[in-house]
Formats: sequence, structure tokens, C-alpha cells
Amino acid sequence: MSGSAENIGDGSTATHNRVDPEHFAFTADSEAEIVKILAKYPAGREASAVLPLLYIVQEQMRHDTGSAWVPRIAMDFVAHRLEMPPIRVYEVATFYLMFNTSPVGRYHLQICTTTPCWLRGSDAVVAACRRVTGIKGWHETSADGLFTMSEVECLGACVNAPILQVDNDYYEDMDASSTSRLLEALKRGEAPPQPGSMIGRLTSAPEGGPMTLTAAER
Amino acid sequence: MVKLRIDDTDVEVEAGSSVLQACEKAGREIPHFCYHERLSVAGNCRMCLVEIEKAPKPIASCAYPVAEGMVVRTDTQVVRQARRGVMEFLLINHPLDCPICDQGGQCDLQDQSYAYGMDHSRYAENKRAVKDKYLGPLVKTVMTRCIQCTRCIRFATEIAGVPELGATARGENMEVGTYVEHALTSELSGNMIDICPVGALTNKPGAFVARPWELKHTESVDALDAVGTPIRVDVRGLEVLQILPGVNDEINDEWLGDKSRFSVDGLKRRRLDRPWVRQDGKLRPASWQEAFNAIAARLGGVPAARIGAVAGDLCDGESMMALKDLMAAFGSSNLDCRQDGAKLDASRRDFYLFNSTIAGLDVADAILLVGTNPRREAPILNARIRKRWLATSGRLPIGIIGSATDLTYKAENLGANAGLLASLGERAPDFFSRMQDAERPMVVVGQSALARDDGNSVLADAWDLAKTIGALQDEWHGFNVLHTAASRVCALDLGFMPGPGAIDFDAMVDGGVDLLWLLGADEFDTRRIGPHTFVVYQGHHGDKGAARADVVLPGAAYTEKDGTYVNMEGRVQHGYRALFAPGEAREDWRIIRAFSSVAGRPLPYDDIDGVRARMAAVNPVLGRTGLQRFGCSDLSGPCPQLGREHATDSQIGELVADYYLTNPISRASPTMAECSRIAPAALAQPALPIAAE
Ligand code: SF4
Ligand code: FES
Ligand code: FES
Repeated sequence: MSGSAENIGDGSTATHNRVDPEHFAFTADSEAEIVKILAKYPAGREASAVLPLLYIVQEQMRHDTGSAWVPRIAMDFVAHRLEMPPIRVYEVATFYLMFNTSPVGRYHLQICTTTPCWLRGSDAVVAACRRVTGIKGWHETSADGLFTMSEVECLGACVNAPILQVDNDYYEDMDASSTSRLLEALKRGEAPPQPGSMIGRLTSAPEGGPMTLTAAER
Repeated sequence: MVKLRIDDTDVEVEAGSSVLQACEKAGREIPHFCYHERLSVAGNCRMCLVEIEKAPKPIASCAYPVAEGMVVRTDTQVVRQARRGVMEFLLINHPLDCPICDQGGQCDLQDQSYAYGMDHSRYAENKRAVKDKYLGPLVKTVMTRCIQCTRCIRFATEIAGVPELGATARGENMEVGTYVEHALTSELSGNMIDICPVGALTNKPGAFVARPWELKHTESVDALDAVGTPIRVDVRGLEVLQILPGVNDEINDEWLGDKSRFSVDGLKRRRLDRPWVRQDGKLRPASWQEAFNAIAARLGGVPAARIGAVAGDLCDGESMMALKDLMAAFGSSNLDCRQDGAKLDASRRDFYLFNSTIAGLDVADAILLVGTNPRREAPILNARIRKRWLATSGRLPIGIIGSATDLTYKAENLGANAGLLASLGERAPDFFSRMQDAERPMVVVGQSALARDDGNSVLADAWDLAKTIGALQDEWHGFNVLHTAASRVCALDLGFMPGPGAIDFDAMVDGGVDLLWLLGADEFDTRRIGPHTFVVYQGHHGDKGAARADVVLPGAAYTEKDGTYVNMEGRVQHGYRALFAPGEAREDWRIIRAFSSVAGRPLPYDDIDGVRARMAAVNPVLGRTGLQRFGCSDLSGPCPQLGREHATDSQIGELVADYYLTNPISRASPTMAECSRIAPAALAQPALPIAAE
């Protein structure tokens, strides 16, 4: 298993054992965002802002380095900023799988394989991802650095199963070909297709359109 | 108070108690792992399940508050079944490696699995394995054994005040550790070994050495600082293998400082196990008779005024009594117990005691620390201040005059000048008025503030300040001296101080005497002793004192003798012999008694009861163990001859530079050396040049 995946269920999450960037500082944009967030909490309760601040870190990293993750040094930064012990930030950052505590590819493919998605064909989605990206195991990053594949539990969108989450966007009703098309497009550097159902489903209505409450309004 | 029924017993407990506490009060033992009475409630192990009437399912009793009329069942089929289920879950991933686990025989999990465990496992899957963590030289980890009770995390965060441990990741992957690997920066880390209910955290220096049932236990008193922590000395054969804290709510709750716990390996190194006599500039082994003769011969021509004795920091009361009497038999009252040169006034007991008492910290509402770093000098007391600070949600005003930092609680640094004491009202008006408004304020003066030329003025100024802010009341004595040496208060009680017209420590070592008897005195630069002074060193370790000695008399360490110790509060306690001193070494008062016969001036006691009777005659407080409480009935302060002179405006230094190396036993301990090497700045400053040995 590659040493790069720390926080995605591979069991090696609890000890920090990777070289971090040497510096981290919030950009002006992030700073502006932080001011807005901190204003929501009463004085002395700044620690409550730890989740949004970690998100800011991850988004800034995505923007600046093309890899959305939270380096240890940035966690220390957040701890210092919120006047809380660093370990309390490590606990939060490693608890939530949405924070990557090790570098990921440009696109983070999070494939739901929980029962509903699995019944609806997530195996095909996984296979398509592997074929297009060349990634073998979980938590690995493709040779071109574009993709990291993670297996995730239910994303809460089972009605449109199977789901492939790319970064923060849900692609729904996936199958092998739509998965390939999506990833190929990303590979070519094209703008990714609109997130949502790949079969034209309206929100979470039944396939082919609404089946109840179709009568005209009285 | 709330009344409730536990099985068939009615109990009454305070409102806000947990059901578990009520059950214990009713005499029911409730199995538990994560609950610890001195830590916050986590409620995560689920072992403490009980049935409560009208509740649909078993309830975790540690986290459930009592209510009037509640009916609790602790031993039903449902309860037993539920606990069995919990135990089975806990053991799914536990390695069951008891045969190679140091916790075996003293393990909560092992004990409770006898009652609730199954004889087989229903799980065939692989167990999860967790990498061990490095937590420093004292705490060994086998994290696969961890049941994630989080006691250690709560201890570090709440009691020790170093929030460095945490639970990272989640679910199956959750691990307890520091995430970024580093040694714990706590002087109380050994206590985590005690509170870990399984073998995940164990004694690193003592790994794989003994099984608990092989050890002989002796209850005694710690002598490595002036707190007087109760300890249990565990011995096998001729070796002390571990020292564990006793429990005394008035002193240590149930904690023990790392130095006091882990200096044990120093007890068998660098020991003086036979007498030595200097011949042609070199120490050579000798018999007791030769050693005594050498001293007696030298004493022959020396006038009484040129004989002196210094008592060290670890001495028991009996040996100091005997030495004082011996000196008196030779007509000398050149005595001193203050190697640090602290200016103490022994004319009244409350001038040198920690009068508010350690338990008094629990009700104090403002504290001023003057020239003391309690974290280094008395970690247990420091933890108590932190406890009070937490209980007041961090609102307890704590001020520091001196250079102490990082005390594990927020304190206001008022400056390091001793002159502040006399002018606090003008120079720190805010803090001064908070002290004035407090009902039970404390002024705590440390040895660093007293070991100065104007130490007398510091003492008087501190007293005056306590008086001004109203700390001296009939029921509350807010003037406190924080001592660092276990022997100091007893020595002062015995009057081991220069008699009228006699010379003090400085004068003695700087050539004022021809024969100097050092009773375990190692904490000063022995190069100061003049070349013509004949030095008798009586003690247990080959440290600075023995190196300079002309005659070495091998004594007993605190684990090897019955002895009286008086802690900084003035609490009289008896320590007990856990094993015999090595080789020819003997209990110290006996050595002095034996010498007195050789010298032709026999002391009038032959057994320890005789010495103790003599001590009680010298100072009646020593006749009874325990603590006598008192308020302040006499406002007149110490050192009155100084009149209006105030302490000068100069910086107060720090006497205890390194928590881990304050005495000859700890200096002989490789474990303490390692601790000192990696110690954080809060516990040990970068090494100061130490006098060559
Ligand atoms: S190491 Fe021990 S005290 Fe700490 S969580 Fe694990 S079992 Fe509990
Ligand atoms: S199972 Fe995949 S989204 Fe719920
Ligand atoms: S002791 Fe009650 S849940 Fe652990």
C-alpha cells in the first residue's frame, strides 16, 4: 500500500509520519474568510471554528498546489490561531474522512461502495476508474498525479446510486461508460460535465420522471 | 441529598452524584474501566452497566446522575448479560498476551474478565494491531492492548495540564497517542501508568523485571521533595523495584511526581556501602572502628567553636536529633540545615511553614507565588494549584514574582524584583486589589526568594504583605513558605540552626570550622570548604560531599530506615524501612550514637523510641504524627530586628534549575539523567555549569 494515504481508512492514520511542507501561511483570501467565520463565535469559544478553518486550509491547498489536503504544519497553524492545543486539531482532522491528511491527486475520486450503491453497480464504477486512471489499490494516486481513488461509505444519495464523488461534486446514476467519459474528460483537461444525475433524472424522482402526484392540481 | 434504593439497600448521596458513586456507597462494586473518580466522566467503556427501574435498557452508571426515589439493580440477569457482552467486545481486539504483559496480576481487564469474560472467543477474524508509541523514557506503550478508555488523555489534559495526548482517527482505526511523536513534557507522566486499566502504558525502566505478587510492600513517605507524599516501596530481595504513590486526599490525591517514582534505579548506584578514610590525599576503604578513630583523633585538639555540622536535604529527624546532641556534647552549636543559604526565621513555626496547607489550596481564592517554581519544586502541590484553578474555571487570580513560567495554569507575571513585595499596591495595583478582595488569599514564598543577601527582608516583606491584604486571620493562615527539602522543616523544628553566638552555613564552609560534619549535605559547591577543614561525610551516595570528605560514614537512604519527616505544611510523618542498607551502611542515628561512645560522650538513647522521646522533648509537635491546623493568632512578623528595611529591587533567581536532578539519589539514576537530557524548558533549564566532582 502506498505510504501516501493517511486518512482514508487504511489504518495508518493515527501517527503522523510523513514529511510536511516547511511553510504554511494563510493567503489574503483565506484570511478574509477566517475573519468572517470567527465573527460567528463568541469570544473564548474560537475553538468551535476548527472545522471551517480546516476546510479553508484544504481549499487553499487545492487552489495553491493542486492537491487538496491538510498538512500537519497547517493544523498547528490553526491550533495557534484558535488558541487550542495542537492535538485537539489533529483529533478533529483525522476523525473526519473529508480531510485528507496526506497529499491527493488533482481530482479525488470518492466511490461509494456501500450496499445500495453496490447493488446498483458500484463495482463497474470502480473497475472503470481503475481502467482509466491505472490505479490499482485504494488510497493510491495515479502516476500522472491527476487522480486519487478512495472507497467511501454511504454518501447519503442512495436514491441515485451508484455515486462517484469528485472533489466536492456528486456524479449520480453512474455506470462504466459515464465514469469513463467523465474521467477521460478530466484527463484531457476539459471542463468536467455538470454534476448530478448522468441519466437525466430530475433530482431524486423515479427514473423516467415522476410517477405519483402527477394529477393536475385541484 | 438524594435518597435512592440500590438492590436492597437504601442510600443517601449528594445531588449530582452518579449512580455509580451511589452504588459504591451502598457497598456494590461496579466494574468499570473509563470511570476514574479524579477525572472527568467519559462514559465510553460501557462496563458499568446497571438496570434502573423504568429505563428501557441498561444504563452506564458512571455517567447517569442520581434522582430521588430511583431504584437501581446491579446484579440481575440482564446486567450480567450486558456486562458480558461489553467484555466480549473489549476483548475482540485485545491481544490477550497476559503472560508477557507487565500489567498481569494488577490488571483491571484481567480481573474483570474473570467475572464477565467467556472461556472462548466467538471471533475468528484477525485482531487489529496498533503501532506502539514513543512517550519518553518513563512510559512504555503496547498500544494493541489499549481499550481506548481515554483515562490517559484526560489525565494529561486535566491533571497534568499538558494536553498532548489524544485519540486520532476513528472507529477501528482510532489510536491513542501524541500523533506527532514526542516525549510527554510532564513531570507527572508516571501516574498514567497507574491509571491505565490495562497493560497499554507500563513502567518503562521497570519493564519485565517483576510480577506484582513477588513484591514486598512497605508504606512510607517520599523524601525527594518537601511535600511528604505517601508512597509504597516495593522490594524484592535486596532491591527496591518500584515506588508507587499512596493515597492521601490532603496531600497528593493519588499522584506522585516522576522524580519520586523513577529515581529507584539511583538507589543501587554510587552507593557508599563501607566506611572510607582519606590517607595521603586518597580515600581508602576502612573499618568502622578506623573511621571513628580517625574522627575522634582529629576532634581531640579542636576547640568547640571550630566544630560544625550541616544537615542535608534528605535527612530524617532522628539523625538530625542525634547529630545535634552530639555537637552539643562537644559544646558546639554551629549547626545549619540551609545549604541554599535561605534566610529562614525559626523563632515561630508559622514563619517557616506552608500554613494554608496543601488541602487549603482547594479553597484559596487568590495566590501570589514569590520566588518559587512549584512545578519544579513540588509538582504535586503544583497540580493542586492547577486543580483549584480549574475548579474556578480559570478565574483564580495567580500572580508570580519571579521567573517561573509554564506552570500549567494561567498566572500573571508581575515582575521578578523582590522589591515588588513592599510596593505591590503601587506597582501592581490590579493584582493587589484582587488579593485584598479575596477571602482566603495566599502568599507563597519560595527558597529562591529567601536565598539572597536580603532574604530576611523578603521574608518580612512577604509577611507584611500577607498582613496588609488580610491573609492572616484567625481561621485562615495565608502566609506560606514553600520548601524544597524533605528534611528542612523537621530540622527547623529541632532547632538545627546556629545557636546563640554560633556561625551559620556560609561561615562554616568558608573556613569557619576545623571539623565539619556533613550529614548528607551535597547541594553546595564543596570547593568552598577550606583546605584545612577536616570533613566528615555521612550519607548514602558518593556525590559531591563524599568526594571532598576525609572520612566517609556510609548511611541509609530513606527507603532503608525508619525515620521522621515533617513536610512543608508541618505534617509529622513516619517513613518505614523497606529493606536494609547495603553492605556495612547503617541507619544514620545509630552511626552517630555509636560514634558518641567511641568519642567518650555517649548519647542518652539506645533505640529509636528513645530518640523520638528526645525529639518530642525538644519540640512537642514532633511527638505526634499528623498535622495540627491553626490560624494566625499573632500578627507580629518574622525578622523584626530589620525594622523598616525593605527587600532591594533586584531580580529573584531560580534555585531549582532542573527538576530531575535535585538530590544525590536522582543524580545517580540513569533514568533521571535521561529525563533531564530531554526535559522541556519548563522542567529543566539548559544545563548550568555544575561544580566538578
Ligand atoms: S492507553 Fe490505557 S489509559 Fe490510555 S486510553 Fe488506552 S487503555 Fe486507556
Ligand atoms: S450507499 Fe452509496 S450513497 Fe448511500
Ligand atoms: S465506567 Fe461507565 S462507561 Fe466506562
